[in-house]
Amino acid sequence: MAVASPSRSTFGGFRSSLGGALTNPTFWRGIVALIGFALFWELCSRSKQMFGVQVPWIGMVPPPSDVLGAWAKVVTEPGYWQSWYLSLNRVLAGFIAAQIVGIPFGLALAVNRYFRDIFFPPFEILRPIPPLAWVPASLIFWPTNEMSIAFVTFLGAFFTVVINVLGGARTINVQYLRAAQSMGASQWDLFWKIILPGTMPSIFTGAAVGMGITWEVVVAAEMISGGGTRKGGGLGFFIWNSYMGGSLEQIVVGMISIGIAGYLCSSAIRYLGFAAMPWRRLF
Amino acid sequence: MHQTPPASALGRIPRVNVEIRGLNMAYGEAWHRQQVITDLDLDVPAGQMTVVIGPSGCGKSTLVNIIAGFEKPDSGIVRVDGQPVTGPGHDRMVVFQETALMPWLTVRQNVSFGPQLRGEMDRATLRAEADRLIDKVGLREFKDKYPLQLSGGMQRRAELARAMINQPKLMIMDEPFRGLDAMSRELMQEFFLKLFEENRRTNLFVTSEIDEAIFLADRLVVLSTRPATVRSVIEIDLPRPRTYAMLASEKAFDYKREALDILHQEAMKSFKMGSGQSDFLEAYAKRAQ
Ligand SMILES: Nc1ncnc2c1ncn2[C@@H]1O[C@H](COP(=O)(O)OP(=O)(O)OP(=O)(O)O)[C@@H](O)[C@H]1O
Ligand SMILES: [Mg+2]
Repeated sequence: MAVASPSRSTFGGFRSSLGGALTNPTFWRGIVALIGFALFWELCSRSKQMFGVQVPWIGMVPPPSDVLGAWAKVVTEPGYWQSWYLSLNRVLAGFIAAQIVGIPFGLALAVNRYFRDIFFPPFEILRPIPPLAWVPASLIFWPTNEMSIAFVTFLGAFFTVVINVLGGARTINVQYLRAAQSMGASQWDLFWKIILPGTMPSIFTGAAVGMGITWEVVVAAEMISGGGTRKGGGLGFFIWNSYMGGSLEQIVVGMISIGIAGYLCSSAIRYLGFAAMPWRRLF
Repeated sequence: MHQTPPASALGRIPRVNVEIRGLNMAYGEAWHRQQVITDLDLDVPAGQMTVVIGPSGCGKSTLVNIIAGFEKPDSGIVRVDGQPVTGPGHDRMVVFQETALMPWLTVRQNVSFGPQLRGEMDRATLRAEADRLIDKVGLREFKDKYPLQLSGGMQRRAELARAMINQPKLMIMDEPFRGLDAMSRELMQEFFLKLFEENRRTNLFVTSEIDEAIFLADRLVVLSTRPATVRSVIEIDLPRPRTYAMLASEKAFDYKREALDILHQEAMKSFKMGSGQSDFLEAYAKRAQ
């Protein structure tokens, strides 16, 4: 009988330790690819001055060396870090609220028929409304800008979280429930020992997708609501401000900052997922 | 091989009779309604291996679900030692057609699941008992692995241990070795047979493989095509302990031919009645919806 030996534990290039990362070819391929990409970009951006012919589109983008220069300048300004702080705060607030409300709500929809009959129809009607369509209404409804942004961010993740949790809980293999039942599990046991762990993978999928949406929504909401006050700000506003000020380099700095922030957030979720679901680390 | 087993394991396994009378079951509503079991009577005598064989899709798993108490029949009754079955209970354990080990629990946690849930053993006893059964099914090295780290055959053995720890009076196996490769399948059949011959727990074993059926059975129950009903009961009078060599005996060959004749008739019948075609129409109607 063949023994299924657990293969080396890479999962989407993820390694649980830094030491692991340094010996992982996937990690180094990633680094080389990023450097290669930056070089290509540099050459294209400088094509006019180096070869006399401008590469279309990318030739107009400021080269990475200039972007790095602009970056080196902004990192000394507290405003830049303030933008990070504000956006991150909003993302986390909206995201965590969406998890706290969305996971129990999704589970309740999944396990209770009456709850589902009552709350699923309104939920399904509200769900297709894009989060940004809520911006004007919430600007009017909520007393402060900050609260409207938080609310819209929350909505962005909420619907995704609920749909994932509901789908995950409803598709748990019925044999798990039956096996547990025949061993004497009560409804309470079934919920805590089968449905909850069985839904865990979907909870983390919902969290990962929800995190992405939260960033999208925050940045857009920051641009729309303007952030005229000092408290407005955020990375979205940082980009908008750079655009108004005509600094192409700073726009790119803002964009890449959001990319990095989003990547850090999804890595954190992936890491939590691995910590919470040891059985998923095996393949 | 025989260490002193913990006290709980010393209790002898009670031998129960299972009687099934007048079972009827249909699925679906209105014109999609489809009879799956009709007027099925079946006895599973105490301490015997009753093997149920029937064509694919005839309603074997439905029968299993009813005996286990997961589903209620439209009419009819299942009695375990005279007591009517009203729902699932740990006196009847099912090893399902597809693996039903919880993927988020290690082998040991899976095996301990039942007694832990019912809180009937203290920690140390439970641990010892779980380890004893895990050893018995040959998974000592894999105690702390997750089901996905095991091969198909090992998963089936872990499931056997998870069922046995509950000391069921009736063990129900629903095509447990389907999907294993031929080699693992034979090893599992032999292993399972040895377990059964050791303690002779009342057993209901469902299969669609004739050699497997004859190798294991005391009584072979042949079902009709859907809707399932008992077509024939063949007493398999081969000595125990069984060996594969016995399958080559003339007696075994006669049993095999007798059962295959009936299965063949059933197949022809469903073909003549055009149920092959109506299956197709049904499937088409479902898709068209
Ligand atoms: N929950 C259900 N709802 C509707 N129809 C069902 C349900 N379960 C089974 N059926 C139908 O009942 C019939 C018998 O199914 P069952 O699974 O009992 O057969 P089986 O003999 O175990 O088949 P197999 O050899 O594939 O395991 C099939 O036609 C199936 O489509
Ligand atoms: Mg079946």
